[in-house]
Order: sequence, then C-alpha cells, then structure tokens
Amino acid sequence: MGSAAHRHDAPIAWLLIAPALAGFAVFFAYPTLRGLYLSFTEFHVLTEPRWIGLGNFHELLQDGEFWHSLLVTIYFVVLSVVLGVLVSLVTAVILHRLAVSATVRGLMILPFLISGVVTALVWSWMLDPQLGIVNILITKLTGEPVLFFGSGGWAVPTLAGLNIWKSMGYNAVLIFAGLQTIPSTVYEAGRIDGASELQMFRRITVPLLRPILVMVVVLTVISSFQIFDIVQVTTKGGPANASKVLQMYIYDKAFGQFDFGYAATMSLALFVLLGTVTFAQLRMARAGESDTN
Amino acid sequence: MRRISPGRVVAWAYLVLVLAVTIFPFYWIVRTALSNNYALATDPSSPGPVGFTLGAFERALGLASPAEAAAQGGSAASIDLLSALRNSIVYAVLLTVCTVFFSALAAFAFSRLRWKGRNAVFAVLLTALMVPQVLTLLPNFVLIKDLGLLNSFGGMILPTAFFSAFNIFFLRQFMQGLSTEIEEAAIIDGAGPLRVCFRIVLPMSAAPIATLALLTFITTWNDYLWPLLVTNDDTVRPLTLALAVFKQSSPQAALDWAGLMAATLVAALPMLLLFVVFGRRLVNSIGFTGLK
Repeated sequence: MGSAAHRHDAPIAWLLIAPALAGFAVFFAYPTLRGLYLSFTEFHVLTEPRWIGLGNFHELLQDGEFWHSLLVTIYFVVLSVVLGVLVSLVTAVILHRLAVSATVRGLMILPFLISGVVTALVWSWMLDPQLGIVNILITKLTGEPVLFFGSGGWAVPTLAGLNIWKSMGYNAVLIFAGLQTIPSTVYEAGRIDGASELQMFRRITVPLLRPILVMVVVLTVISSFQIFDIVQVTTKGGPANASKVLQMYIYDKAFGQFDFGYAATMSLALFVLLGTVTFAQLRMARAGESDTN
Repeated sequence: MRRISPGRVVAWAYLVLVLAVTIFPFYWIVRTALSNNYALATDPSSPGPVGFTLGAFERALGLASPAEAAAQGGSAASIDLLSALRNSIVYAVLLTVCTVFFSALAAFAFSRLRWKGRNAVFAVLLTALMVPQVLTLLPNFVLIKDLGLLNSFGGMILPTAFFSAFNIFFLRQFMQGLSTEIEEAAIIDGAGPLRVCFRIVLPMSAAPIATLALLTFITTWNDYLWPLLVTNDDTVRPLTLALAVFKQSSPQAALDWAGLMAATLVAALPMLLLFVVFGRRLVNSIGFTGLK
C-alpha cells in the first residue's frame, strides 16, 4: 500500500483543515499581531489607535500599581503552586498506597467540575465573618472571626486556598495516573533493601514522577498567573489593592478606564513573563532527567 | 498484609480530612439552599436546613413574588436564571460540537492523509499551544466588537469554535496509533478519503472524541472571562455571569445567602449530573490526558 492510495489526498486534506486554519488565522494569528501592535499605541476603542512607540513601556516601568500587582500575582502563584502541588502529591501517593476505590478519586475531582464563580460564592458564604460556618468555628476557638477576604494579610492566601481547593483533585488524579506507571517491582526491590516508606518516596516515587510533576507545576503556574474569576467575584482586587492580581489590573485598565493600549502592553508583559517562567521550568526538568535512568 | 500500622492510621486520617474539605462545601450549598434566609441568621451553624423551605429556589428562578421574597429575607433583584441556564446550554453545546468536530477533521488530515507541507502546517498551528489567552483576549474583543457580534452566541463561540491546538494535537496522537489495515481494505474497495474519515477513523476514535467533548463542555460551562467581555445583558449571558450579577445586585449588608446558594446549586447541577453519569470516565480522561 503506498502512495498510489494517497495520491489524491492533498485537496481533501486542505479542505479538512480549512476551518482550523481559518480559525487560527482570524482568531489567533491576527489578534496576536494586533495585540503586539496595540501595545505600541494609545487606543481607547472608540478612536483609532495612535502610535506612541515605547510610551506604554515607559509608563509600565514607572507604574507602581503594575509592580505591586505583579508581586501580588507572584505571591499568589507561589502559594498555589507550592502548597497545591504538595497536597496533590501527598494525596495521590496515599490514594495509591492505600489502594482506595476509584469512587474516592472521583469525589476528589468534584471541585474541578464547578466554575470558579460557584467556588467563590460557596466559600464566601462559608468564610463570611458573621454567619459563615468556618468563622463560627474559628470564633468558638479563638474568640474572634477572621476577615478572610476583607483583610490585607489574609486576602491572597485565602484566594490561593480556593484555587488549591478547586484544582487539587484534578492534579492528584494526574499524579495518580503517573504513579500507576511505576512498576511495583521497583518498590519490592526497595523494600528488600530495607528502605523505609519515606526513603522510597524520596528515592523512587519523586524521581520517577518527575516528568508528570513538571507538567503539573507548569499547568498550575500558567493557570494561576491568569486567575481572574475567583478574584473578581470575591475581593475585586481589594481590600486596598491587596489582592489585585495582574489579570484584574489589566481588566480594570481595559474595561474600567478603556485604556486598551496600555492594557495590551501589560498583557504582552504577562505573556513574556509566562513564557520565560515556563521555559525555565522545562529547562530545569530536562536538566534533571538523567537521574530517572 | 493489611496490618494496622501508625502510618496507615495517619494516611487514612489525612485522606478523610481531605475528602471532608472537598465535599463539605457541596453539602453546605444544599443545606443553605433549603433554608429560610431569615431563620439562617438565628442559627447559622445548624447542620441541617434552618426553617426548611423551597422558597430560595423560587426566588432564584424568579418564581416568587416580591412580597414572598421579602418575607423570607430575599432582597436580591429578580434574575432570570432559567434563561441564563438556556444560554449556558446553547453556548456549551454549540462550542463543544463545533470545536470537537473541526478538530477531528483536522486531526484526520494531519494523521491519516499524506500531503506536502503537512508537518510544517502542523508545527505552525502548534505555536498556539504556547500563547496564553491573555495576549489574544483584548484584540479578539476588539475584533468581535468590530464584527458587530457583541452580545451574540456567535461572538461567544467564534474565537474557539474552529480551532483548538490542544484538541487537534490530542486527537492526532490517537489517530496516528490506529492500525491501517481496515483503512487499506476500504481504500482497495474504492473508498475515498472522506469515506475513510467518517466511516472508519472517526468511529474508531469515539473514545478520545468523547473525552475531549466532556472536557470542552466542562470548561465552556464554567467559562467566565470571555462571556463577561462580550455579553452585557440577559439575552445571551450564561449562568456563571448571571450568578455573579445575582450576588452584586443584592445589598452587601443583608445578602440573600439562601437564594444565592439555591442559584449556585442550579448553576452547578448540570456538572453534578455529568459527574453522576460519567464519573469514572471523567477520572480516566484526566489521567489519560496527562499521560499522552
């Protein structure tokens, strides 16, 4: 069976990929280039964009609020990634070692199925300072409620907690799938050599899981950098900008102040940042590949 | 083998705690939705519904008169959750069908047909995997606005309906692994590429196509930012937005938590049903996408 059967493939192939190509060109390639162009302009949607060269970039460097929101975002991402991946990893390993039924894994992905808005609403209710069940328990223990969303110190950790709650089960299932690919003979050998559970976790599980852990970390970093719905429904960036993540600031600039040019510049900055972080993570992952062999 | 060791006890305790934190909020949604909002304030920590009533659902679905709503502590302006529910269904179904269908066609062309430039075009399309939504979001909004498609289902689905780099990549991987024997027999019998696509390869790819459809449906149902940008009234606004509006429209001092949780439950219910029907498949899908 050779090329004879495929001689007439080309026209059909182009026909079949035509919709995808059109979608790519119109709603990906063109907007990407236009976004690049807009970041060099002053553009308020209703009037034509006006080329201002590096004007927006100069403004960006001097914009304290931008740097503040960048720090807030990084704080949020670090909390989400470090705690989230740690909890997911421990949960996946325990699910695997205890050989719990698939139903339990199923229940864990429930939060992944619901929207960020639903997550935000149910937790604002549970964390409500007066009537929230969590705060009622806290008040019983310590005598005073915690203003989870309303205090500068608590806002970002609380939002990260919601983010972790929503994504933990999904990540645990991903890691669990990775665990199942590790042959049990490796553990048996470890046990014969007298390795403890903790030693096997550190010397066998983590190194062999490295590729999937890298993937989970990269996915969590990318999604956390772009967090929006949970923040918008709960704190809207407050109190006093304490939880104003970059996406929130970009949205405010674009749709609150109609400063699309500057918002495009910030989007570009966020993109470059995301690209750099992802690239660095993948490089580090590759650097460590040898120890799995 | 199954002896009781301290390690196992700790592991079980941890698991029970994690499960409790995972599931409790869902129980709390139901319990609050079945409560009377006035009574709720008098006994906020009661484990069951306080002053059991279905009034919160009536308020959330706009079936209660203003007087009835006020009598139960409902203050939120009436909101048409039913039409938002319909909008969500239209939005998620349309987008899922389009994106999965067009991705499957493209994946077939990239995996089973031989043509010049195949790898180059594929490589170009894959660049989209690396660019996050944030970069294209504002220009796409301007484009949809210029096309006069704000506040329409067209504006909501067009940007992702025809092209999804991940979907094409995912299906192509699977289709490349299919054996060529049936296909070759069909070609010898005189079947053309289109017939091979629709009669052989797509049916054989039913499982990964269903996986993609499920995951796309969930993501679209829960999408917030894009609909927020391109819609501004009830005609096409999906549930996620209607919920946020429902919260914003009630006074901060006396939120109608019972009504809000009833609305939340309505918004989450289709996903919970999906979970009941496809639970195991969903769990496997997630693991599957990770190991591709």
